[in-house]
Amino acid sequence: MHKGIALSAAVEKIPDGSSLMIGGFMGIGSPHRLIGELVRQGRKNLTVIANDTARPGFGIGRLIDAKLVRRLVVSHIGTNPETQRQMIAGEITVDLVPQGTLAERIRAAGYGLGGVLTPTGVGTMAAEGAQLIEVAGRQFLLALPIAADFALIGAHRADYLGNLSYALTARNFNPVMAMAAATVVAEAAEIVPVGVMPPDDVITPGSIVDHLVEREIVNGR
Amino acid sequence: MDAKEIIARRIALELMSGDLVNLGIGLPTTVAGYVPQGVEVLFQAENGLIGMQPLPDPGLADQYLSDPGGSFVGAVPGACSFDSCMSFGLIRGGHLDVTVLGGLEVDEHGLLANWMVPGKMVPGMGGAMDLVTGAKRVIVAMMHTAKGRPKILKKCTLPLTSTRSVSLIVTELAVLEPTADGLLLKEVAPGVSVQDVTAVTDATLVIPADVPVMRLAP
Repeated sequence: MHKGIALSAAVEKIPDGSSLMIGGFMGIGSPHRLIGELVRQGRKNLTVIANDTARPGFGIGRLIDAKLVRRLVVSHIGTNPETQRQMIAGEITVDLVPQGTLAERIRAAGYGLGGVLTPTGVGTMAAEGAQLIEVAGRQFLLALPIAADFALIGAHRADYLGNLSYALTARNFNPVMAMAAATVVAEAAEIVPVGVMPPDDVITPGSIVDHLVEREIVNGR
Repeated sequence: MDAKEIIARRIALELMSGDLVNLGIGLPTTVAGYVPQGVEVLFQAENGLIGMQPLPDPGLADQYLSDPGGSFVGAVPGACSFDSCMSFGLIRGGHLDVTVLGGLEVDEHGLLANWMVPGKMVPGMGGAMDLVTGAKRVIVAMMHTAKGRPKILKKCTLPLTSTRSVSLIVTELAVLEPTADGLLLKEVAPGVSVQDVTAVTDATLVIPADVPVMRLAP
């Protein structure tokens, strides 16, 4: 099944108030075209689940700049002073989650698990509100699943079945997020004909991708 | 030699051939520049790479290859990439030999606080809590004092990063190791006396009769 969709049409599917998982790590591997279109269309009151908010003017930082985000679930905001300013001003709610725990909570949702037990954060502020469970004499926190309405994925290569592969450190949270959202929208740096991607190279199966943003050729590029 | 260089050169001597190493941003990152010749280690970047190295030339930057701070880096031949779940599986699962992290405070039991100052600085813990929880050895790289005030305390005043003790603390004045009896003063920096260290340390130290002088990587 052909998954292609125009950029504007893809973002029109995302209502105000949606929860979005957005791939990328400091903007590396983020779906930059989808982010730009969310800003252009002015989506509001978004909940964003991501590793970080990059920096002002870049990656998820552009959603912060445009004040489109109401709530953030991230592992750090230290690189984006505007996120910190909005948090201190009470304009945005920020839930800070240890990075490995964030990845596992997303994985739990996508893999059909009721949660995962992690030793990270036991006895710290990260344990507030979390159930403590002892297994074989060792303490763990129960980390509950995090799902989202949409996952916005930045891939390196795709075909129109939605099969995705990633490049180097641009992979990061993308594959796990693609498993954990009701609707998965991907963009890719290049789209190749079906059959070109060797099966072993596919990291995210096209079967779980709902929409693939079509390429737009601008000025011959 | 400036204070931070002393710290980086001393920590470089802790790395052993075959180690998988994660360096935190800032001062810890500079340790990579002093790994002794003949010691072969691989650097993990928690954004999904084993085999990170500095960018050999700005023109070789790849938009898909960065360090966890988002700066473009290179990768050694034999490097490999992976997603965030595996990256933190490596960290939490005990596959990472050494992590070097910065510190805001460390207490008498070797407990580290390095991720927030309530009401002032709330950057988030990023990967720090996982690293302190899961790495085989946790080495803290930090200045001994902040604005003249001790950072090595009887008890941390800031929120802890983990309830697990770190393995070693290296400052520009001393090397300290948490032990069952307290913080052991293992070494002092060149030209620094035991009294110089205790004068700016709030924690009680275990001080052997003979405290050797720090060796530094060239």
